[in-house]
Amino acid sequence: MKKAITTLGLALGLTAATSALAADPVKVGFIYVSPTGEAGWTYQHDEGRKNLEAVFGDKVETTFVENVPEGADAERVLTQLAKSGHDLIFTTSFGYMNATLKVAKKFPNVKFEHASGYKRDTNVATYFDRIYEGRYLSGVVAGRMTKTDTIGYIGAFPIPEVIRGINAFTLGAQSVNPDIKVKVIWVNTWFDPSKEREAAETMINQNVDVITFHTDSPAAVQAAEEAGVYAVGYHSDMSAYGPKSHLTAAVHNWNDYYVSRVQAVMDGTWSSTDTWEGIASNMTNIAPINASVPADVIAEVEALKAKIASGEMHPFTGPLTNQAGESVLAEGEVMSDGDLLGMNYYVAGVEGKLE
Amino acid sequence: MIRLEPRPAISGFWTYASPVTAVLLTLITGAFLFAALGQAPLEALHIYFISPIADWYGITELFVKAVPILLCAYGLALCYRAAVWNIGAEGQLLMGGIFASVIAVQFVDSDAWLAMPITMLAGVAGGMVWAGIVAFLKLKMNTNETLSTIMMNYIALNLLLYSVHGPLKDPHGFNFPESALFGDSTLLPILFEGTRLHLGLAFSLLALAATWVFISRSFIGFQIQVMGQDQAAAKMAGFNKTKLVLTVLLICGGLAGLAGAGEVAGPIGQLVPHISPGYGYSAIIVAFLGRLHPVGITLAGLLMALIYMGGEMSQIFLGLPNAITGVFQGLILFFLLSSDVLIRYRIRWASNPMKAGAA
Repeated sequence: MKKAITTLGLALGLTAATSALAADPVKVGFIYVSPTGEAGWTYQHDEGRKNLEAVFGDKVETTFVENVPEGADAERVLTQLAKSGHDLIFTTSFGYMNATLKVAKKFPNVKFEHASGYKRDTNVATYFDRIYEGRYLSGVVAGRMTKTDTIGYIGAFPIPEVIRGINAFTLGAQSVNPDIKVKVIWVNTWFDPSKEREAAETMINQNVDVITFHTDSPAAVQAAEEAGVYAVGYHSDMSAYGPKSHLTAAVHNWNDYYVSRVQAVMDGTWSSTDTWEGIASNMTNIAPINASVPADVIAEVEALKAKIASGEMHPFTGPLTNQAGESVLAEGEVMSDGDLLGMNYYVAGVEGKLE
Repeated sequence: MIRLEPRPAISGFWTYASPVTAVLLTLITGAFLFAALGQAPLEALHIYFISPIADWYGITELFVKAVPILLCAYGLALCYRAAVWNIGAEGQLLMGGIFASVIAVQFVDSDAWLAMPITMLAGVAGGMVWAGIVAFLKLKMNTNETLSTIMMNYIALNLLLYSVHGPLKDPHGFNFPESALFGDSTLLPILFEGTRLHLGLAFSLLALAATWVFISRSFIGFQIQVMGQDQAAAKMAGFNKTKLVLTVLLICGGLAGLAGAGEVAGPIGQLVPHISPGYGYSAIIVAFLGRLHPVGITLAGLLMALIYMGGEMSQIFLGLPNAITGVFQGLILFFLLSSDVLIRYRIRWASNPMKAGAA
C-alpha cells in the first residue's frame, strides 16, 4: 500500500514537472455548476473558454466539466483536473469555494481562480464583476419603459449579491421615474425554469409590466414575451427568447479577464489577486437595447454608462434611504466596497420584506 | 417469429446471468456510441470505466461516492422487501445532515472526542425522526407512504435551505448560505492518509453485514419477507404489522440519516445547500439493480458510482458532454429490465405464427 502511494506521488510530481515545460500548451480547466446550455451564468463562462481557444490557438488546451454538484463531487473533479496536468483551473460557482481551497493546498503548482468567493491562497485568486452597474443601467431602461410603474424581480436567495442587484436596479429605475415600485418574489433556487416562469406569471397578474430576475434560466423572458410585457435579461443576452419583450440584459463578460490570466500564466507573472471589476474594464456590460426603445433613452443610457466607466458616477451615491426610512448614505457619499459586499437591506421603493 | 413463453419456475441461471448480460450489452452499445461520436471505442471505454479507478486515489474515491448511496440502498431494500414503498431516503438523508450539523457547529472549537460520535448519532436520529413521521402517518392515518415520503423529501430540502440561510449560517460567512467549517473533532477520521476515504466505509460495511443477517437469519427478517409477499398470510400468522413497518422504516431512516451525517462530517466538512446530488433517489435504482440483496446492492452501488466518475473522466479526457453519464445509466437500466424478462420467460422460435398463436 505504502509503495502504491509513493508511486502515485512520484507520478503526480512528474506530471507537474512536465506541464511546466514552456513548449507545452497551457492547459486550462473549467468546472461548471450547470450544463453549458444556450444562455445564462455557465454559458457566459463557456463563452470565455471558447474565446481563449480563439485568442491563443494551439498555445492553450481547454477542458470543462459541466453540471458538477456543489457537494462532495467538486473536490474529486478538481483533483482529477489538477492531476491531469492542468495549469490553471477556473471554478465558476460560489459553492466550489472550500473544495477549491482544499485541492489548491494539495497541488501548489496548479493555479486556481474562484468566481464570487472570498477565500484566497497563494495559488487561489478570486474574481467577480460589478454586475450591479449593469443592473442600474438596465433599471434606467425599465424605468423609462414601464407604464404601470410596477416592476417585478425574481430573486434566487436573499444573499448580498442578489440584494445588491435588486437595489441597484431599483435606484436606476427611480432615477428616471421616482414613482417606481419593485415587487420581489423569492424562488429559493438558482435554476428551475418552471418555478421561474410561475413567479413571472404571478407578477404579470399583479400589474407588473417589466420583469427581471436573478436566476439562471430565460424562462421569465419567455413568459413576458407570451404575456406581451417587457423583460430585462440577466447573465447573458437573452434576446433570442423574447425578440419583442427583451429590453436589454445585465451581462457578465469574462473573456478579457480569462485572456489576461492565461497570459499571466504563460509569462510566469500570475499571482493570487482579488478582482472586482465592472463596466470600466468591460467585465460587466449591458446587452444591445431593443429597437423598440426610443433613441433618446438609448442615448441617455449610453451617456450614463460612460459616466460609470469613467468613475464620475456610482450607482450607490447618497442620499440613500433604506426601506425602513433610515438614511444609509449622506448626500454625495459613495458606498464603500465593504458595505456593498455585505448589503442586507432593501432601499426605499422595493416592496416585500427581507427575512 | 419470437415468442415469450412463461417458465414453470424462476430461472436460477438467469437471475445471475441477467445483470452480467446487461453490463455486457451496455458496454457493446457504449462502444458503438463512442464510435459514432468519433472516439476510438476501446480507448473511450477504457477512459470511462477503467481510468476512474486506475490508481489508488480513484479507488478510494469510488468508495467515497458509493458510501452514501449504499447506506440508503441497504435500508430501502428492507422496506421494499416488506412492501413498504419508501421513496424518502433522500429526505431522511438531508434530515440526518441537518441534525448532525446542529450538533457539529457546537463543537467547532472543541477537541472533545465525543464530538464525532454524537454528531453521527444526531444524524441517525434525524433520519429516524423523518422516517418515523412517515410510519405514524401510514399506520395511524392510513396514508400512502409513496406519496408521504415524496412530500417529506421536499419538506426536508426546504428545511435544509432554511437552516443554511438562517440558524446554521456561518456568522463569519458574509451571509452566504453555508455553515461554518466543522472542527476536526467532529470530522470522520480519514482511513488512508492522502485520500478522502473516511470511517463511513466502515459504517457501510457494518450495514451490509447487519442487514444481510437481519433479513436472512432473524425471525423479524422472516416476518418482513412474508409480509412483503403476502399481507394476508402475514396477518393470518399473527405477525405484528405495526412493529414490522416501524422497524423497516426506522432502520432505513437511521441508515439514510447516517449517510447524511457522513457527508457533512466527511468529504464536505460543513452544511451546504447541496449535500446530496440525489443519493436517496439513486439508491432506489441501486436497491432494485441489486435485487434487494445486500451483496447485489453493494455491486450495483459501486457500478453506479463508477458511472458517475466515468462521466467526469470522459468530460476531462474526451471532451464529451455530461449527458453521457445519463446515457450510460439509462442503458444499464434498460438492458437489465430487458434481460430480466428471461428470468420468468423463455424465448421460443416459432416458424409458423399461426400455429404458435393456436398453441
